[in-house]
Amino acid sequence: MSKKTLLNSKDIEIILHRLACQLIENHNDFSNSVLIGLQPRGSYLANRLVDLLKNEYQINNLEFGLLDITFYRDDFRRRDEPLSAKSTEIDFLIEDKKVVIIDDVLYSGRSVRAALTALESYGRPKNIELLVLIDRRFSRHLPIQPNYRGRQVDAINQEKVLVSWKETNKKDAVYIEQR
Amino acid sequence: MDQLSVEHLLGIKYLNKNDIDLIFKTADGFKEVINRPIKKVPSLRDITIANLFFENSTRTKLSFELAEKRLSADVINFSASQSSVKKGETLIDTVNNILSMKVDIVVMRHGNVGAGVFLSKHVNAKIINAGDGTHEHPTQALLDSYSIREKLGSVKGKKVVIVGDILHSRVALSNIFALQLQGAEVKVCGPTTLIPKYISSLGVTVETNLKKALEWCDVANVLRVQHERMDIKYFPSTREYTQLFGINKEILDNLDKKIVIMHPGPINRGVEITSDVADSNQSIILNQVENGVAIRMAVIYLLAQQIKR
Repeated sequence: MSKKTLLNSKDIEIILHRLACQLIENHNDFSNSVLIGLQPRGSYLANRLVDLLKNEYQINNLEFGLLDITFYRDDFRRRDEPLSAKSTEIDFLIEDKKVVIIDDVLYSGRSVRAALTALESYGRPKNIELLVLIDRRFSRHLPIQPNYRGRQVDAINQEKVLVSWKETNKKDAVYIEQR
Repeated sequence: MDQLSVEHLLGIKYLNKNDIDLIFKTADGFKEVINRPIKKVPSLRDITIANLFFENSTRTKLSFELAEKRLSADVINFSASQSSVKKGETLIDTVNNILSMKVDIVVMRHGNVGAGVFLSKHVNAKIINAGDGTHEHPTQALLDSYSIREKLGSVKGKKVVIVGDILHSRVALSNIFALQLQGAEVKVCGPTTLIPKYISSLGVTVETNLKKALEWCDVANVLRVQHERMDIKYFPSTREYTQLFGINKEILDNLDKKIVIMHPGPINRGVEITSDVADSNQSIILNQVENGVAIRMAVIYLLAQQIKR
């Protein structure tokens, strides 16, 4: 199994700063915006962006939540291994808010579809945008595209994109692995 | 540990500790869901569930129905009082007729002990026991433990006394199994006539003095006297029962600690528990009801996950 490094920690740091700046361009002081990280893997990216916005760009009063989409997935009873739920931590309503969904890798688009359904439970947002670190091109099952992307990748279906975060895997990196 | 070790929920005695942990973890997710403005998830939209209640029920039936609807399952209800059971149909025939209408899960309450186990051997559907005679009531025991865990942080090491009519109570038996599996100590308290003869074989101690039992415990789970199951007199009068085993504010205030009061319902106010106790801040009776929906959603969700398309 060969593993190729796509992004190292320096690349990721630059990308995170760029994504933060792009968010600020569209959301100003975030007074009417909320960030929603998708559990489990989108939460690392979301936490990192929130820290960056607060500490480096002085965005205070940032509303931020984590959404678990397990109960909204479209492959319930269709998978061999069972689905197990993570926690959802959203203690606000998104009624009339601008929502940014954050996930690490955009592949088939099905997780984002589930997240869109799940978010309906928290009100009718003004609009919803999508931010991803890695956008795998030509692999979508649904008509879903990101508004903010860290890096676009052309990986074939036999390849797997692995995102490693220093919180869990000691260092920040993105790899492409042959399956 | 992401999957239950059982195919049906027939009783706590068939479960292991991992199953209980998994059910609680899943229920945490659903508890969050039922506190949202929109309290519904689409997971079970292609599943049909039949609620068969051969015995009366308010809380359990509503709780199951609500849990099923919040998971987006299709639900059909059946009460024995208004059905062909009265015309002499057997249980298997009744259920098989219902299953011919393509039902995936059966939730059943029945007056006979072992009705759920019997059904699980003869019909092709997931069975959830919602109470079988004086035997088990697994979802009630799960929600009771879940409520203790929520209130006190954990069940392990806690001292729980079950007060009242132990002899006729399926809640008591399921609770004993569930609490012991999670490492709690269990005592029962009630009139000697209402305590089963072989209860000590379950590792449970008996205390006939209510005050001593309450001094010992962290949690008191108070049960109703089930007059409808009594064919003979087990104690002289309800008044005497209340004097010896009724919990009132005075008894609680005289303890040197604040114990948690639980009751599976229905409450007979002024008999086993007075109103000021039932409505006090030590009582978690209404939390039990709320948690009941989350626990039942978790059980149904985890069993439905095993149904292959």
